[in-house]
Amino acid sequence: MTLTLDEVRHIARLARLSLTLEEERRFQQQLSSILEHAARLSQVDTTAIPPTASVLPLQARLRPDISRPAASRPSILANAPEAEGDYFRIPPIFDVEA
Amino acid sequence: MRRLTDLTLLQAAAGLRAGEFSARQLALAHLDRIGVVDPSLHAYLTLTPELALAQADAADHRLAQADGSNGEPLPPLLGLPLALKDVLCLEGVPTTCGSRILEGFRPPYTATAVQRLLDQGAVIMGKVNTDEFAMGSSTENSAFGVTHNPWNLERVPGGSSGGAAAAVAAGLCLAALATDTGGSVRQPAAFCGITGLKPSYGRVSRFGLIAYGSSLDCIGALARSADDLLPVFLGMAGFDPLDSTSLQEILPAIEVEGDLRGLRLGVPREYFIEGIHAEVERGVRQAIETLVALGAEAVPITLPHTDLALPVYYVIAPAEASANLARYDGIRFGPRLAGHDLLDQYLETRGRLFGPEVKRRIMLGTYALSAGYYDAYYGQAQKVRTLIKRDFDLAFAEVDLIACPVAPTTAFPIGAHGDDPLAMYLEDVFTLPANLAGVPGMAFPVGRDPEGLPIGMQLMAPPLGEAQLFRATHAYQQATHWHEERPPL
Repeated sequence: MTLTLDEVRHIARLARLSLTLEEERRFQQQLSSILEHAARLSQVDTTAIPPTASVLPLQARLRPDISRPAASRPSILANAPEAEGDYFRIPPIFDVEA
Repeated sequence: MRRLTDLTLLQAAAGLRAGEFSARQLALAHLDRIGVVDPSLHAYLTLTPELALAQADAADHRLAQADGSNGEPLPPLLGLPLALKDVLCLEGVPTTCGSRILEGFRPPYTATAVQRLLDQGAVIMGKVNTDEFAMGSSTENSAFGVTHNPWNLERVPGGSSGGAAAAVAAGLCLAALATDTGGSVRQPAAFCGITGLKPSYGRVSRFGLIAYGSSLDCIGALARSADDLLPVFLGMAGFDPLDSTSLQEILPAIEVEGDLRGLRLGVPREYFIEGIHAEVERGVRQAIETLVALGAEAVPITLPHTDLALPVYYVIAPAEASANLARYDGIRFGPRLAGHDLLDQYLETRGRLFGPEVKRRIMLGTYALSAGYYDAYYGQAQKVRTLIKRDFDLAFAEVDLIACPVAPTTAFPIGAHGDDPLAMYLEDVFTLPANLAGVPGMAFPVGRDPEGLPIGMQLMAPPLGEAQLFRATHAYQQATHWHEERPPL
């Protein structure tokens, strides 16, 4: 299982991570060897074996639909790198024609 | 004269009640020792002395009021100095997860497990070091520097809860809350010669724990003995409506006294494999003999899918991490690196502020969940996880507890695994299965290697079987002295 440099770049883009060229090369080698180790899983016969997503036999729980105290808006906005009024501030998402 | 920081948690609690010293004196003694010892250990990332002294004064007030009255019994943790792994939220106190991407973050709320201890009147000394987002086995992945092992400063304390383990072992707190996703409580407990519990999945609320691998994460605790650990576990466990995976089962009263007659102790041959240090194997086998002398019966068992736990874990945990860590986008918390548009801002902020191990796991998880690879990696790993869980179900039909090593080696030198992530992952081979199966595990010291480094042993119990873990560890610690040894600091 060897990843190409292009595959590494594709994954990094999906994960929203900018990488230096040196990081891309290092991750290419390291991720390839980890995936090679993980490839052992494909040799296990799992016919008729159900997947385990959680070890608990959990059922969705219902609760009364009533409000309860929560963290205050200022305490949440105080953590934002940029806020304005009651809002988080972000760079433009759409191209703005001048 | 005995220093206040040499007391066990139970001795400190008794001393407070007897009026031998105040909670303020106890907190100050720990702050003093932190000032002297922590510069060479680097266990704490954030100290909260003002908070600690305010909590101590409040505890002293409660102790004074209760004095001579026949009111309600005082809570077990009243006035006792504790530390929190820096992945647990405490309102208003910086919580970093050992990552630059959360630098400056002050949680607007407190984790349920922490709040329950605060409600008892516990005294919080500060937040302790961790591998970034709890990803690692040595604390070398912390963005804020490695923690040193109190037994040998050139060695790692284990991880990811290395700060918690070093702080408890060195007498910088009486106990610490920490998390275990693949061994992060048990392995550092073993490396630092203390006792650590990973409870059953769902036993302790995860509300306010910053998520890594949600189907694996457990809040546990570290202390110097099972007896010290018990009130901490009982204090934080139990149902919480704020965590949808919190179990509703009532905690049983835990009676630790009594011999171990009739206890069936499974010894899995897959945990005594090539690669395990001879000293570790000898120490664990001797400890099993001690448990047998106390009345237990050792039974050879097999957990045939053990060698698949590592590849299963390193697909499932990164997959869950890649989803959980998508929230760090430089918008709602943490620093932001400028980009020319929103996408560029995401790429820069995440690419530069996450450390190498976190980026590696995010990428692994992203790959394992991506179109075309999902079934081969994530889907298959979930099925093999079922086989691993069934191994435990079958074993626990025959035995009450499973006894094995915590890690193949004792504490390794800082830098030993350099840039080889797979070698580091192999440190976790004996602890990962409990997380995949959701069973509780206890680590405690059973000897020392020729270099004087602690050797740890692990007991695992069926889901919700914590009482048996406490009983067996208590019996062992009544019969031995390893848990009383302190590092030469």
